[in-house]
Amino acid sequence: MKFLDEYRDPQAAASLAQAIHRLITRPWTIMEVCGTQTHALVKYGIDQLLPGELNLAHGPGCPVCVTPIPLIDKALEIARRPGVILCSFGDMLRVPGSGEHLLAAKASGAQVRLVYSPLEVVRLAQAHPQVEVVFFAVGFETTAPATALAILQAQQLGLANFSVLGAQVILPPAISALLDFPGHNLHGFLLAGHVCTVTGFADYESLAQRYQVPMVVTGFEPIDLLQGIYLCLQQLETGRVRVENQYLRAVQRLGNPTAQGLIWQVFELESRQWRGLGEIPASGLRLQDPYRQFEAQQRFGPVSTSPEPPSACISGQILQGRKKPWQCPAFGRGCTPSHPLGAPMVSSEGACAAYYHYHRQADASRDHGRALKD
Amino acid sequence: MSASLPATITLAHGGGGRQMHQLLEQIILPVFSNPWLEARHDAAVLELPAGRLAFTTDSYVVRPLEFPGGDIGSLAVYGTVNDLAMCGARPQYLSCGLILEEGLPLATLVRLVQSMQTAAQRAGVQLVTGDTKVVEQGQGDGLYINTAGVGLINHALDIAPARVRPGDVVLVNGDLGRHGMAVMTVREGLNFETPIESDAAPLADLVLALIAAGIEVHCLRDLTRGGLASALVEIAETAQVHIRLDEKALPLHPTVRAACELLGLDPLHVACEGRFVALVPADQARPALELMRTHPLGAQAVLVGQVSPAETALLTLTTPIGTSRRLERASGEQLPRIC
Repeated sequence: MKFLDEYRDPQAAASLAQAIHRLITRPWTIMEVCGTQTHALVKYGIDQLLPGELNLAHGPGCPVCVTPIPLIDKALEIARRPGVILCSFGDMLRVPGSGEHLLAAKASGAQVRLVYSPLEVVRLAQAHPQVEVVFFAVGFETTAPATALAILQAQQLGLANFSVLGAQVILPPAISALLDFPGHNLHGFLLAGHVCTVTGFADYESLAQRYQVPMVVTGFEPIDLLQGIYLCLQQLETGRVRVENQYLRAVQRLGNPTAQGLIWQVFELESRQWRGLGEIPASGLRLQDPYRQFEAQQRFGPVSTSPEPPSACISGQILQGRKKPWQCPAFGRGCTPSHPLGAPMVSSEGACAAYYHYHRQADASRDHGRALKD
Repeated sequence: MSASLPATITLAHGGGGRQMHQLLEQIILPVFSNPWLEARHDAAVLELPAGRLAFTTDSYVVRPLEFPGGDIGSLAVYGTVNDLAMCGARPQYLSCGLILEEGLPLATLVRLVQSMQTAAQRAGVQLVTGDTKVVEQGQGDGLYINTAGVGLINHALDIAPARVRPGDVVLVNGDLGRHGMAVMTVREGLNFETPIESDAAPLADLVLALIAAGIEVHCLRDLTRGGLASALVEIAETAQVHIRLDEKALPLHPTVRAACELLGLDPLHVACEGRFVALVPADQARPALELMRTHPLGAQAVLVGQVSPAETALLTLTTPIGTSRRLERASGEQLPRIC
């Protein structure tokens, strides 16, 4: 397949892996921010090709994983009301709140729909004027423009039965928060290529300088990831700090101005709770005044501010890149994709799900093989 | 179509009275016409030769009822005859239970039973007994079908997962994931330049040709729900072996591959309805593949994996970059209601 097979080429992968082995002189920890990158690393076994000195920390770039439980509980409460259809993306439906998940609510009679685009939700609201249609909007800067577009369409159409339960967040403040944690041990970052397609990477340049950490905008195919790792290591080994762009075929320094325009036409920043990371200032997107009538919390009441219930799940440490999924005592035992204790085990972008689905036989893996043998 | 029948199914069509009689006599029985149904008896009485008999049942609840490359009617025939074929049986007779939802357009029902009959003829089976019920509107998705089937086993081979041995190879008769993606794309309103058509087809002819040619078939499995990965995990667990798949060898139609990439689905977990794996000793791979490739349903047949001994049963995939990862059964519902 064009633009795909060339990024999965075995010879290119082998020579990049060799170059990485030649380059590295001491232990480094690089965080790949995005959950899709985590999945690709484990799915393609790229970690098997890397030197032992290189530790890959899996970052918080899984929107479903960082959505706080009270917000999921609010979605459940709304979905259970008669005369309401609640819509969201597939992964979100399987993440448990403090009790059940949205698919379970659906099974017991709630109107819950899986959608691929927020614009589908607008069409649904148009088609069912007697029903309150609510979009549980999750995601980073990648999904925010489409959510913004849906809100603008709903306004144009004068839809009174459409609203959005907002869980949209942006990434740079989360990276900043990770680097503010004392004793974080993160030396470099692979930035999420898809997010940068929208945002560009100019904002990350000040972040890289402030914290003196190299960053590389990186794609999602094996060759992308190996190149991203190589470029990041090259900066670390030579003591340089800047933002480099590996994902040249998709990302420009200033990103996609149209998409950014949509986001900032509709949203403004607010402080937001992140599951596992706590409250992060100016990290959440909320509707600006002219669009406030589409805010689901205005119609259905505010999200509870109660603290997260205690759990055996260590997803906070997983999302901060401090622990690997197999270091969790519940991993693969009390916590599996069928019975998840935390979102990282559910989501197709969650680190725990990646390790669970793609873990290899003990003889083909390194340290984690022993922990995974069950 | 008779003028005396209404345009849609009503509860009366399942009531056992005059309307139901009309539906059967005017719509259903003429389509399937054969001596067993003509007998108008409570059960079909079958003459069977001595020997082993394979017997199976399956229910079909696919939504939408019609999709590119097939419909619930043809699926209800092929799904069940393929289960018989996977035991090395020649499918002979089917039963058919129809559960109709009040409000189903009669024209749709006519199309679907005609499609069943066409599929039955293609598969060489007779539909010899059946039942019809009607449920209230909102209690069904238009039409559900249950079929049961019997087939005759005319050879001495014991074809079963437990017969798989280290040294066997895994052959597949064509490209993967078409049925699941065909249903998915029409249901989700996704349009691709090249439409994906379901691969639904009857497999007994091809399977029996392998057996007749003397191929020592150890195990057969059709790749329905859960796809190739789920089928092979189950075989690996039953036989306590390690099955290694080569990702580069896996046949995928470019549109299926693109659709899976786009939707984040693993084609190894997507259902087929006209594909199967045959596990045979390695030295018989070449004649088996040559024979399969002479059949229209095996033109793309290819060797995709190998079986080796294992302490722990395992299915792994060797990736294009030479690393290996474990494959699991599909988790949850990737594609709800596809068969």
